[in-house]
Amino acid sequence: MQIKKVVNDPKNVVPELIDGLVAAYGGRIRTAGQPKALVKAELPKDKVGLLVGGGSGHEPLFPAFIGENLADGSANGNIFAAPTPDTILAATRALHQGRGVLFLYGNYAGDNMNFDIAAEMAAEEGIQVRTVRVWDDAASAPLEKIQERRGIAGDLFVIKVAGAVTATSKSLDEAYRVTAKARDNTRSIGVAVSAGSIPETGAPTFVLPADEIEIGMGLHGEPGVSREKMLPADRIVDKMLAKILPDLPFGGGDEVCLLVNDLGSTTMMELLIVNRRVHQVLKEKGIRVHDTVIGSFCTCQEMAGFSITLMKLDAELKRYYDAPASSLAYRKA
Amino acid sequence: MFLHVARGLEASKDHLSELDRAIGDGDHGIGMARGFEAVRSELEAKRHDSVGKLLHGVGTALMMSIGGAAGAIFGSLFRGGSAGLQEERSFTSDALARLLVDGLQAVKARGGAQAGAKTMIDALEPAAAKAQVQADAGAPLDLALAAACEEARLGMERTKDMLATTGKAKTLGERSLGHPDPGAASTYLILKFMAEFAALPAAAAGA
Repeated sequence: MQIKKVVNDPKNVVPELIDGLVAAYGGRIRTAGQPKALVKAELPKDKVGLLVGGGSGHEPLFPAFIGENLADGSANGNIFAAPTPDTILAATRALHQGRGVLFLYGNYAGDNMNFDIAAEMAAEEGIQVRTVRVWDDAASAPLEKIQERRGIAGDLFVIKVAGAVTATSKSLDEAYRVTAKARDNTRSIGVAVSAGSIPETGAPTFVLPADEIEIGMGLHGEPGVSREKMLPADRIVDKMLAKILPDLPFGGGDEVCLLVNDLGSTTMMELLIVNRRVHQVLKEKGIRVHDTVIGSFCTCQEMAGFSITLMKLDAELKRYYDAPASSLAYRKA
Repeated sequence: MFLHVARGLEASKDHLSELDRAIGDGDHGIGMARGFEAVRSELEAKRHDSVGKLLHGVGTALMMSIGGAAGAIFGSLFRGGSAGLQEERSFTSDALARLLVDGLQAVKARGGAQAGAKTMIDALEPAAAKAQVQADAGAPLDLALAAACEEARLGMERTKDMLATTGKAKTLGERSLGHPDPGAASTYLILKFMAEFAALPAAAAGA
């Protein structure tokens, strides 16, 4: 298969992207004894550690969210594969300053198993770990089985809140409580327009006819809720919001943060048009948008499509959400 | 024995990836080859003084080099299966039964799947049951392995008619029908290479 990606040897994409990331951070991040374990070069003292991570191929998720009031480290796997326990453990040891470490990652079988193994190994070394899995993808399982849902772009908002609470609270349990609340208040749904491809082989991550879209399709091509012929943007958005608004539910009087996320190759023009309709619908329903974020945060290679994420705010979440933050991929003044 | 298994799995890379291309992202063969290359390095570099320690080393090498769900699962199979063999010095049909039965428990505890979900458990569970029967009947290692291996093969074949419910293959829904689960195929191959080794003339009981 012809691969027209800007890479060198496709086998080396992960080590090379990590080298590029370390260079971009200008000395502020380093590898923690394992080549795919990245941590801040200097940790704020006495802090609860915040470790994110998952498969590579979804950049900037996760490693480019290391930064001030955001993640302290990222454990990275091969393309679309969960990180190994030794990578996770190396990062965990580097982040542990006696206050424990909070693991925060997307809910996928491979990630769950490898992070759990590492948590068990960390416990053997006296490092306390708590875990929050993000399962914001409302299309991936019914509400009654919420713990089977996948983690998608909602990761951004949960990392935002987790970064703020771990920066100020010295308690791992408090960090867990607030982060889990952010996770519980977040819902997302995606739509696939065309597939990305695996860097090493060029093979597409899923098959979708040229004139069709799939609402609710997962990041790697996991089946969604409906496949249909291409529709105007407003109709696509209406269908997506019809799925997530009742799911929390989000209703009149609520205040939300909104993320319109590019899945890889959808243009800013399209994202802005999507955003226009989202705002119209939310306004009609009396839902107030506290903050709008638009960009490429949780991607799958050159996949075309986008996701909509809403996080419902209460006073506590709003305070943590409003905290300034800085990383390569995301900044908040 | 496990050096033979390692070489066999490395040589099977393209076959396994082909299976995985049909119902996954095509990297299972690459991952398993990488895992067994790490196993080979581990075995060539270290002398393990018991069967259990060797199997634990095999499992750790797999867990730390494959990544993803496969690394966690195959690593758990060997690490979990090694627990009851820490003092054992030779690999007998009793050891085989312990490895597969305890390994199966570890895999189920780690991954949460059950038989019928189109995973490697569908090859491992019947193989473990057969190995136990063989050990209880006092069968020699080469016969026990041949029988367990055949059960794994049949289990793998049965996965063709199952719908994928876990892992990347679940993206395909009905399109996963007709294709075997790559993890089940790897499980069969591991047992097949073990059986091959055990059937070699003058193969001593031992790794």
